[in-house]
Amino acid sequence: MSDIPANADFVRLQLSASLPPPGKGARQGRWNLFSGWLNTALTLLCLYLIWLLVWPAVKFIFIDAVWTGASREACLAETAGRAVGACWPFIAAKFSQFIYGFYPEGGRWRVDLTFLLSAALLLPLLIPRLPYKGANALVFFGIFPIAAFFLLVGGGFGLPYVETRSWGGLLITLVVAVTGIVVSLPLGILLALARRSAMPAVQAAAVIFIEFWRGVPLIAVLFFATYMLPLFLPPTWSIDALLRVLVGVALFASAYMAEVVRGGLQAIPRGQYEAASALGLGYAATMGLVILPQALRLVIPGIVNIFIGLFKDTTLVLTVAIFDLLGQLRAAFADPNWASPATLFTGFAFAGLIYFVFCFGMSRYSLFVERRLCTEHSRDVE
Amino acid sequence: MSNASETAVEMTGVHKWYGAFHALKDINLKVARGERIVICGPSGSGKSTLIRCINRLEEHQRGRIIVDGVEVTDDLRNIDKVRRDVGMVFQQFNLFPHLTVLENCTLAPIWVRRIRKKDAEEIAMRYLERVRIPEQAGKYPGQLSGGQQQRVAIARALCMSPKIMLFDEPTSALDPEMVKEVLDTMVALARDGMTMIVVSHEMGFAREVANRVVFMDEGQIIEMNEPEAFFSSPQHERTKLFLSQIL
Repeated sequence: MSDIPANADFVRLQLSASLPPPGKGARQGRWNLFSGWLNTALTLLCLYLIWLLVWPAVKFIFIDAVWTGASREACLAETAGRAVGACWPFIAAKFSQFIYGFYPEGGRWRVDLTFLLSAALLLPLLIPRLPYKGANALVFFGIFPIAAFFLLVGGGFGLPYVETRSWGGLLITLVVAVTGIVVSLPLGILLALARRSAMPAVQAAAVIFIEFWRGVPLIAVLFFATYMLPLFLPPTWSIDALLRVLVGVALFASAYMAEVVRGGLQAIPRGQYEAASALGLGYAATMGLVILPQALRLVIPGIVNIFIGLFKDTTLVLTVAIFDLLGQLRAAFADPNWASPATLFTGFAFAGLIYFVFCFGMSRYSLFVERRLCTEHSRDVE
Repeated sequence: MSNASETAVEMTGVHKWYGAFHALKDINLKVARGERIVICGPSGSGKSTLIRCINRLEEHQRGRIIVDGVEVTDDLRNIDKVRRDVGMVFQQFNLFPHLTVLENCTLAPIWVRRIRKKDAEEIAMRYLERVRIPEQAGKYPGQLSGGQQQRVAIARALCMSPKIMLFDEPTSALDPEMVKEVLDTMVALARDGMTMIVVSHEMGFAREVANRVVFMDEGQIIEMNEPEAFFSSPQHERTKLFLSQIL
């Protein structure tokens, strides 16, 4: 056993044991920020640039900001006796306008309740650990939209009717964005499947639909829906202006969604279709159980990209006289009672923050989902 | 149709073209119930195309294919019927990567045969035991070795209780050390009397379990014989050349 056989060049007598990997303390984990005069100079330059950008923002938003007051007087440098930053009392005074628009004050609990319901139904849907996903999804996608419609519009169940023209602010932003998101995903999937259909008529219809909506700018869609569609329709058909915009935005987003989903479908190897067919699965089962679950998780980044884009594109409804968050902001600027040099910047800082919170939230959540689906399949997981 | 109960697959004068390329030329093959056929031949000779026509993964343009008394035609109901009774194992395994091993095995029984989930899982575990990997039931295909994946693929096909099993080069994508575990599974299946049509170059397997070996080249059946005679005294020049190169 211990002798090396004479008829081999080399024979291992004992297998070496596995060693732990070299730790973070080794060379490759080291920060290289100050590892030479050039790197040090670049680091200092970058720190200086960051300082140039961040310090004025911090100064404006926090240090020089005015926190209390009842009118523009509080936010003027003359009355404050110092340089003045953000005028937060302006936001406080106009806050309910930013959230509800001109929704009647007595009915605002209905908006609150809708927000609350959607949060209560959406959060458990997003947290993977919680049970009853199927029932939860059914309620959120099936029952909640109807409930929200009656809550917000009213006209039944003892709730007075509120016309959509008086809606506004964050309410409009969220209604447009959520409708767009919830409608565009299933519609986009159907369009993508239709575009890959073997039936020429179905395929052609999907191609025409997708290329039409991708070919026109969203603003044109909104203008058409708002100002031109009523000219073509018989005068007795009065379709709600907001509804027309919602349909336009949803169809517009579905066309983009369809192409993203199609990208995912194309990435699935033919063998998956063949295995499903060989097992006797029909078209619906093959797509629903085998192909789409794989294709959709491949294109999560693209899907969330569209969601985020859609959320920000809702600001375009301002061009057709629907006053979303940004629209209400601009309307509030016109109030002479709050006209001060800082008002404009404060308002946009506030709006920017709100948009950022929603978009960043979507982005982080999609990363979380991706990582979770990814670890599920990696080889190293035990 | 006269002796449908005895004949598992009957191909009569089958032709197939890919565009202008004539991929299968006048294929006549009758496979009896319980018979094991091994098809071999050089690459591009139409072996895979032939067995993929049996469950209509490929469409033949001329001739008749009758599987267990059902003719394979454009009629979707016939195709469904055939696919329920014909299991298939692929070179690249083609397991569903987003489903666990157990879910891979229960998917079709639940959605095609409408078996209750609990019963389907019981059946699946029985077949996973038979291919000797019940302990991997909760894992995803990506966590298994090639040999294990192919055994799962065999179990998945068996869960539909097929009458005929098609194997399309089941060991060609495997590391040499894993070929044996898959072949052992297939030998065991053959011993149980399953009707099998196997595209393979595993001549040891052909010798051990095949009733007949079919040699194909250029889309045609060149020679067909019992394994002993096929290997010891091949008749056609092309067969001799082929055997001399692989044995």
